[in-house]
Amino acid sequence: MAFLDLSKLEKTFGTNRVVKDFNLGIDKGEFVSLLGPSGCGKTTVLRMVAGFETPTSGSISIDGQDVTDQRTNQRAIGMMFQAYALFPNMTVADNVAFGLAVKGVPKAERTARVTEMLQLIGLPDLGSRFPFQLSGGQQQRVALARALAPSPRVLLLDEPLSALDAKVRVSLRNEIREIQRELGITTIFVTPDQEEAMSVSDRIVVMNGGIAEQAGAPFEIYNNPRTRFVAGFVGTLNMFSATVEAPESGLLTLAGQSLTLTKTAIAARKGDTVTLALRPEAIQLGRAEGRDFVLPATIEEVHFLGSVIRIKARVAGTVVALDTFNRPDQPPPPVGSSAEISFAADDVILLPE
Amino acid sequence: MKRLFAWTALVSGCLFFLLPLIGMTEFSLKMRRGVYSFDAYVRVFEDPRFWETFSYSLTLAAATIIFGVLLVVPTAYWVRLKLPQARPIIEFITLLPLVIPAIVIVFGYIRLYNTSSILPLTGSALGTDILLTMGYATLALPYMYRAVDTGLRTIDVATLTEAAQSLGAGWFTILARIILPNVMTAVLSGAFLTLAIVIGEFTMAALLNRPAFGPFMQLLGANRAYEPPALAVIAFAITWGCMGLIQLVTRFSKHERAKA
Repeated sequence: MAFLDLSKLEKTFGTNRVVKDFNLGIDKGEFVSLLGPSGCGKTTVLRMVAGFETPTSGSISIDGQDVTDQRTNQRAIGMMFQAYALFPNMTVADNVAFGLAVKGVPKAERTARVTEMLQLIGLPDLGSRFPFQLSGGQQQRVALARALAPSPRVLLLDEPLSALDAKVRVSLRNEIREIQRELGITTIFVTPDQEEAMSVSDRIVVMNGGIAEQAGAPFEIYNNPRTRFVAGFVGTLNMFSATVEAPESGLLTLAGQSLTLTKTAIAARKGDTVTLALRPEAIQLGRAEGRDFVLPATIEEVHFLGSVIRIKARVAGTVVALDTFNRPDQPPPPVGSSAEISFAADDVILLPE
Repeated sequence: MKRLFAWTALVSGCLFFLLPLIGMTEFSLKMRRGVYSFDAYVRVFEDPRFWETFSYSLTLAAATIIFGVLLVVPTAYWVRLKLPQARPIIEFITLLPLVIPAIVIVFGYIRLYNTSSILPLTGSALGTDILLTMGYATLALPYMYRAVDTGLRTIDVATLTEAAQSLGAGWFTILARIILPNVMTAVLSGAFLTLAIVIGEFTMAALLNRPAFGPFMQLLGANRAYEPPALAVIAFAITWGCMGLIQLVTRFSKHERAKA
């Protein structure tokens, strides 16, 4: 049995079923992200684990103990909120010590733990400050220390980086992951940001309409999406319609050219139309070795992003996005020029209809 | 031109409020013929009934504030957290004391809690004091509730509550250690308004026959010439002192400055 087990969870608000038959097992020390668009039910799942919402049906157990009917303050969880939620009337040190004081930990022990926690988050000298005297990133670090101080069984992160600016977000997410690894604490991270989820998670659960569409390692989710939603939500995707010629051998016709899929057998009949998908980085501008499939294209947009250049080109009536690395000796093609794109059959993802 | 109108309106307003006060203060200083003196004030302070009634009203004001805080803070907190749909009803109830005259309320009390009722509170001095405290709390309810509710609006009640719960805190700890300290300035402003109401209240104390400061002021006003305005000036000074204290508390409350 998993350390944190969510079994057949359902949540209904009035007539609205927000979470439907949600099952998830998380191992001890694992970092799992719930990823999905707003309204997909990810925060509701987290709030049910925290005890802020009572499941309509299903069960939640932590370390083999059924906590479904337990109140939040009995669950031994730690939580970080989007709005920091530091207690404004208390200093940083008092905030961090709060959970320990509630538990009745003696003062000397409490002080030592607060010092340890402030050192862990890299703010050892800010104990006497009030939350309003800190930056957003510092406040969220303190919130992390506060959540970790009472040694919770599970750490819950409810979009903790959403209110921060881009640079702080990246550094803080890495810090959170580092600390999580160091302490080996089981963590659920709720985020609508796929890059954030992919960069820090052991596993990602992609949610849509209250159900878990796919759960897996970031590499697995990105490269082998099982549903059309997952494919579209995680990363950028170029989609083409192709006609099946020989399903058993994976032979298709795309823009009048034959293409043989090597990875997947096609579960369709001859003459059916299927949707093929390609990640931007799988498409090469011009011909390249190992990328046998070549199509003519017209360059429509060029976006210089620094190390990467994103190009949008019209191919067989469809606009496709492709990424190339910036090379000083190879300037990007001018808008409106004709070009060729190429890709390998191995990189093609066959989307389920 | 616009500025001139604004200044004229401001000066007129100030004169409207200040002239009677200045006139009253001047009159209170005229007890000794031909010179200004504090004789009226000395007389007031020398009267033992002043201290008796003032300390009685002060004690009841303290009781009213404690009762008001215990009633209003959890109620306003709960309405904000769990029953936002009940807010209009609660606001209506808290406004009722402004609509229903104190004399109606106190007659209701006397009828309900007289010596032949199930709860004969008027049968003893302590019982009547409790009744009077409840009456004062009712009169102060609109001010206390609004002050606390405004204070609660400045903090994220729901998230702070959830944060405290996730750290193992129960309802009492959350109220005592998180919510109350964060609305303390609002509670204090409500408390000082309550103090001002209780110190000057006449109807309830007079009809319940209790030795409060309000009836003493009325008694003095009916029988003396110079002492009543002196007493009124003292009452004003107490009220303004309370207002000053609110400002002072806000200024010295470190974390409150963040909200400003």
